[in-house]
Amino acid sequence: MTRSLIEEPQSLTLVEAQKPNLTDEEIRYAVNTLHREPNEVEWAMLEAQWSEHCSYKSSRPLLKQLPSKGPRVLVGPGFDAGVIDVGDGWVVTLHIESHNHPSAIDPYGGAATGVGGVVRDILSLGTRPIALLDPLRFGSIESAHTRWLFDNVVRGIADYGNCIGVPTVGGEVEFDQSFERNCLVDVVCVGLGRKDKLVLGEAHNPGDLVYLVGGRTGRDGIRGASFASKTLTEKSDKERSAVQVPDPFTKKLIIEAVLEAVDGGILRGMKDLGGGGLTCGLSEIAAKAGTGIEIDLNKVQTREPNMQPAEIMISESQERMLLLIRERDEKKLISILDKWELGYANVGHVTKEGLIVIRRGNEIMAKAPAKFVAEAPLAPRSARRPGYLDAFADVPEPVISEDLDHTLIQLLSSPDIASKEWIYRQYDHEVGIRTIVRPGQADSALLRLPNNRSLALTTDGNSKQCYIDPYWGTIGIVSEAFCNLTAVGAEPVAVVDHLQYGDPGSPEVFWTFKETIRAISNYLNALRVPCVGGKVSFYNEDSTNRKAIKPSPVIAAIGLVEPKAPRVLQALRKEGNDLVIIGNTSDEMGGSEYYEHIHKLTGGHVPRVNLKKEKTLLRSLLRTLRTGRVESMHDISKGGLAVALAEMSVQGRKGATIDIDEVPNKTSRIDNLLFSESRSRFILETKPRSTTRIVNSFKRLGIPAAKVGSVTDDGIEFLSKGQSIIAIPIVEASRAWFETIPRAMEATL
Amino acid sequence: MVKVAIVQFPGSNCDLDALEILQKTIKVPTDLVWHKDLKQDHYDAYVLPGGFSYGDYLRAGAIAATSPSLETVREATDNGKPVLGICNGFQILVEAGILPGAVLRNAGLRFVCKWTRLRIESIKTPFTRIAKMGQTLRIPIAHNEGRYFLDNDQLAELEKNEQVVLRYVDENSTPTADSNPNGSLDNIAAICNIDGNVMGLMPHPERASLPILSPENHPEGRIIFDSMIKTLEGEG
Repeated sequence: MTRSLIEEPQSLTLVEAQKPNLTDEEIRYAVNTLHREPNEVEWAMLEAQWSEHCSYKSSRPLLKQLPSKGPRVLVGPGFDAGVIDVGDGWVVTLHIESHNHPSAIDPYGGAATGVGGVVRDILSLGTRPIALLDPLRFGSIESAHTRWLFDNVVRGIADYGNCIGVPTVGGEVEFDQSFERNCLVDVVCVGLGRKDKLVLGEAHNPGDLVYLVGGRTGRDGIRGASFASKTLTEKSDKERSAVQVPDPFTKKLIIEAVLEAVDGGILRGMKDLGGGGLTCGLSEIAAKAGTGIEIDLNKVQTREPNMQPAEIMISESQERMLLLIRERDEKKLISILDKWELGYANVGHVTKEGLIVIRRGNEIMAKAPAKFVAEAPLAPRSARRPGYLDAFADVPEPVISEDLDHTLIQLLSSPDIASKEWIYRQYDHEVGIRTIVRPGQADSALLRLPNNRSLALTTDGNSKQCYIDPYWGTIGIVSEAFCNLTAVGAEPVAVVDHLQYGDPGSPEVFWTFKETIRAISNYLNALRVPCVGGKVSFYNEDSTNRKAIKPSPVIAAIGLVEPKAPRVLQALRKEGNDLVIIGNTSDEMGGSEYYEHIHKLTGGHVPRVNLKKEKTLLRSLLRTLRTGRVESMHDISKGGLAVALAEMSVQGRKGATIDIDEVPNKTSRIDNLLFSESRSRFILETKPRSTTRIVNSFKRLGIPAAKVGSVTDDGIEFLSKGQSIIAIPIVEASRAWFETIPRAMEATL
Repeated sequence: MVKVAIVQFPGSNCDLDALEILQKTIKVPTDLVWHKDLKQDHYDAYVLPGGFSYGDYLRAGAIAATSPSLETVREATDNGKPVLGICNGFQILVEAGILPGAVLRNAGLRFVCKWTRLRIESIKTPFTRIAKMGQTLRIPIAHNEGRYFLDNDQLAELEKNEQVVLRYVDENSTPTADSNPNGSLDNIAAICNIDGNVMGLMPHPERASLPILSPENHPEGRIIFDSMIKTLEGEG
């Protein structure tokens, strides 16, 4: 095999020719399949499309293990977004994306274009984006670099989402040293549309015209997918040209124009241009349908003259969509695009032959089978259980503090636990007039749907637990998501996952990835809920110190609430009401805020979930909520029972007293009982006359439940054997919880 | 038959929300009119919705203010018809010179989305006619540039002519610094023109017009639209 072209590249202008960022096996596979050496344009295309980012070459076989079918699933994994039937002809679309690498070097632009990308995915199905959620992960908030990233990521999300008129209704934030140089910026988007108007990313009809619509193609985002498929180095700051430039105004016009075309029924296929640019869009839309596409690069509107064919093919300039239409609908499409003053070009057409043909005028610049381009050869990966896990088992137990009041205040002011109001104040969470339950009010956001049902949305992650035990840590986050949905009265209907790790070439990293898949798969199979899509992000590691991030799977889940269901929030409501705890508390301190934040301890047992009982528990909780006898409720998660109660108290400005001797538990220590993060637990506020009935309804099913205290006029108090072990005024708890993040962030401005 | 126009600019994003409330909740015939298609004053009232017209490029509302549709809006203003500018619509009316003053960047230099409490300061506008003086309304805001400003002489003039329509207040109905979400001069949230038929406000009444979206299920923002319709029907 000759490698002349690889070793002695012809000169390109800005895309610097070099050995393609492909493995020797991939290079050999390409040459053997084409029976020739690909030319420079083809190499550039393959490099982009076969990047981990676009091809899932390491993860594909494992992702197939996830359950993806269900009665409500109309479109599952493999498309731009999953599609769920929510009844009466309406569908909800769901997708998650990240923009980790770009955000690490340009937090504002990286985060903004991250929002832009996932919004396009939702739009690609012909559905209107109606909500965003943002799970974020940063290093320690003590670090000035982290605060710079955090501030600009939030601004980037706010400016983009607010401008396009899509409310940001939720999210979560975690701070951990392992993200110091590799922040994780994930964006979940949910769409709403009509079942009979869905459009797929498939080019089924030879002869259809290919329109490239929206922004012009420029030299931004060049090799973005490849950039995201390797580790960051100290030189990464110089790769800003790999970060795309956000233009939310154009995106808003594209949304309206595309939806007008969808409404007119003229779109026969659609695909957004994101990672991998035109190469990815063209090859995937053709490969999915077994067809081909031929385009002329001279027709593509570029931002500057003399862009090289390879640059045009891999540019990731934002705000571009590929639309497929019949020739006879051309006028209709053009009149819509003209109204919205969008750029467009008819760049080519769909062909029968299954080939991607890239011409410049009459000259063929690239020609290869669509399937060959779209589907990278799999990258075999080996997995080995990391040795470091052993050390976590016997971490010494901490000394119980004399001053548990202080411990609780410290936990409430941990940035992981503290109120995220500083963030969501900057997001328009109301636009669209659908938001029934707003950020901070309950465990999930709730949006009204046109058919009188409502849609619950949540997103969860916990890298601290997933680091210590990838399997149970991941089970825990899926359970957390489902508990969050249930806490607002929703039945979980679908999830998407975002799996984020270091270099998959490291067997230890890859083992943690495999454990995650096994965990999600087991949980979803037990609960019979499908995973309808997701994203994998590898190479989140810092090549300077060779440190990978903690394994960070993130789950986004949606659930449905039946019409007229009572609305239950987490703020305590009325003095004299009872407090009930559902679920068992155990010595499961691994990855807890109490160990990590208070005692700086990493290790211990990560909470487990009884998969056999989980479904029964969530079902009966839903039944209880529907009776309207629950006044407020909150799931118990970060910081444990003590923090959950304090949050309810602070938000309702009501006191609460709990006798911890009454709490169903198998703990050996008082601090474990207060701060353990055992899963599948809830605090319910009930009217005294309903309490016994509610408690018994759980006990009958073998689920631990007990009346543990009541709502009072002031003070958060925990008693044991008649003695007060914690007693803090609400105002003090409130200050700790509300002021931590503003104080950290506003002081730096 | 009374008919309302919602003027849609490129980048408007509360246009569909206002449309839904007017059509389905207030139940008044309403058209969404693309700004370029608004060539004549054929409607009985106009709503300029919130959003980011032209991406807020240059200054919020500055580019939309040059749209020929604003000439039609000006004509309607002169004809005494009700014209309501919500959020970005308010910014556009100010940029077009139909309403006095300026709407500046929030004092906190950040976008703010939250529920506010507003006190009715004037019932001379068609949008507050059925309200009571001093009544308070809970309506949310969501903006980056909402800090109303004008000089002292103009402020005195505004006060004298009863052109301040809404003020941000606290739970005791007092305009305080803490209840002022954006640093607006004198806690001003809404003003009207001298004749009272044109009102601009930063809060979003369409977001507080459905019980399910409102605190304690009280859709207190509706009164703005209900007033407008009562006025139109009274005159029609």
